[in-house]
Amino acid sequence: MTQLPLRAQLASALGRTAATLSRATGRGDGSVIGGRIGLALEPDLLSQLARDRRLALVSATNGKTTTTRLITSALQELGDVATNAFGANMPAGHVSALASAKDAPYGVLEVDEKYLPAVIDATGAGVIALMNLSRDQMDRAGEIWLLAQKWRRALAGKNTHVIANADDPLVAWGASTAARVTWVAAGQPWKEDSWCCPECGGPLDRKGVDYTPPGGHVAGAAPLAMVPRPVEDDWACRECSFRRPQPSWFLDDDAVIDPRGQRWVLDLQLPGRANRANAAIALATAEAFGLPVQAALPRLREVRSVAGRYTTVERDGRRARLLLAKNPAGWLEAFDVLDRSLPVILSVNAQGPDGRDTSWLWDVDYRVLRGRPVFVTGERMLDLALRLDVANVPFQLVASFEQALAAQPPGKVDVIANYTAFQQIRAEFDRAV
Amino acid sequence: MQSDSILRLVWIYPDLLSTYGDQGNVLILEQRAQRRGIPVQTIHVRSADPVPESGDIYLIGGGEDRPQILAAERLRRDGGLNRAVARGATLLAVCAGYQIMGSTFGGEEGQPVQGIGLLDIASGRGAGRAVGELAGEADPALGIPMLTGFENHMGVTRLGPGVRPLARTAVGTGNGDGTEGCYAGKTVGTYLHGPALARNPGLADLLLTWAVGAQLPPIDDSWYDRLRQERLTAVLPQQA
Ligand SMILES: [Zn+2]
Repeated sequence: MTQLPLRAQLASALGRTAATLSRATGRGDGSVIGGRIGLALEPDLLSQLARDRRLALVSATNGKTTTTRLITSALQELGDVATNAFGANMPAGHVSALASAKDAPYGVLEVDEKYLPAVIDATGAGVIALMNLSRDQMDRAGEIWLLAQKWRRALAGKNTHVIANADDPLVAWGASTAARVTWVAAGQPWKEDSWCCPECGGPLDRKGVDYTPPGGHVAGAAPLAMVPRPVEDDWACRECSFRRPQPSWFLDDDAVIDPRGQRWVLDLQLPGRANRANAAIALATAEAFGLPVQAALPRLREVRSVAGRYTTVERDGRRARLLLAKNPAGWLEAFDVLDRSLPVILSVNAQGPDGRDTSWLWDVDYRVLRGRPVFVTGERMLDLALRLDVANVPFQLVASFEQALAAQPPGKVDVIANYTAFQQIRAEFDRAV
Repeated sequence: MQSDSILRLVWIYPDLLSTYGDQGNVLILEQRAQRRGIPVQTIHVRSADPVPESGDIYLIGGGEDRPQILAAERLRRDGGLNRAVARGATLLAVCAGYQIMGSTFGGEEGQPVQGIGLLDIASGRGAGRAVGELAGEADPALGIPMLTGFENHMGVTRLGPGVRPLARTAVGTGNGDGTEGCYAGKTVGTYLHGPALARNPGLADLLLTWAVGAQLPPIDDSWYDRLRQERLTAVLPQQA
């Protein structure tokens, strides 16, 4: 690793000290505080820390943290990997991650969608993985079409290899200015943000998929949300030439088909369709680093839980599996993971990181929960209660997660929570278990 | 209702303007009609398709700048919504959809974009974004309780003499002059998400009453009431 200039070395060392202090004083995992102090001292620090490493950036609305973890796990086959494993996905977190693994020849950084252009510029990363874009925390996240447009501008004219989901029209549009793109057919269950062409605004036609309104609801009829087989998931604009690029990698049910046509059964420990899609992106990204599927896949299979997602916590014989869902597309993916035979606890907050507007609850089709015991809690339980009442989903309101858990018979239960509700449950169980 | 005994709800352009849970307003009208034994048919109109003129209640929601401009262009070209409202249909227009109903609104760079002129209002872009809870006393002539909801917009809307304010704001920004939303005839415009009808079942019933042409029997509102109570208490602590 090249020596950092003295000022940068100092900034980086101070950053590490602050991170240690933050951990010691219990004010977080330290990953952001260290980076903030470092950045204040040396704005070019991120560029300098990124120099002479092979970097992958990972961005999307959903699945960033998990995909970052999967790619990191794969690349460890090649050598040491610097990564922001705690989801501190803004430049401060990137500085912190790279500074704490100075000698790692590889880096995999989860990047907040809004910061991606700045981080591309600062790091000159050689590989960028882009999975999906959908509505998310509208009161602060802003507009996803604008976001995709900024991606286009940031990628244009750069010598970057992008790995992108061809099944998400907005991602395809956002990635298509890159010099080189490897397209992955990773699927797109949530389509409500891409019925119109990002290029011209015309209607997008989808092969094998009729238009379904958000939530799939039509009065009088009750078709459940369609989840088409990804390989059939073609789309094209009716009015201009923008259409789905030809993928070279395919997610095919429980397997990935590589560019040579070989089918690899994934057999992950992480559950659900969304994680198989993340794995497809991770395998294509690993190959961009020269790591073949047969070497990468066993590494992906080792990943069991990511920052508490999918972990099971236990109390008094009740074993609760924790699923994080931060927005409507995330809830759709979480429903896909649920065990149909189990009761489910739902917890919803509306603090800053969750988005303070709970309107998004009405974009989620909760009718899939009919027929199993449903428990509702969280700081905005009444918003969710009315939503379920209107969807004719019977439920029980419970004052706290602890009470909801205590109300279960001994055995398994699934939990879906949004961001701060999820963190509250983790904090509670970190102390208790 | 138009002709037969089915209440026709028409949801306009969910492919462009449904970014803030706007489907909720449709679902709530369906529920509140069905719980009174009124059969409902809901029609979703994609932006490439014509707006049918035979609906009873039309709904249009919120969205980003670019889809808002596309929606305004297509509604103007289509003309179906204007003809339906002229015929006496009821309309609920929310946020971006509300601004489209006026003479002009602010585009991506603040440039004026032509609306469809169903409400005597003109909107522009404000200095900052209005984001947060909103509460306000509804116009007394409407006979509905205090409005509650969540706003998230950059719009400033001037009301002309042809409309009345929907509410006087107690908390929040609304139109930007101490009022929130407006109405004229059977057309209601509002900045409120939440969605608006989830937070304000009285407003939902007002729209249904206009469409059905008769008073509606009360239904069990306990979940609505608890949510309203909680939200109003949170934003108006002195009132609790
Ligand atoms: Zn097009």
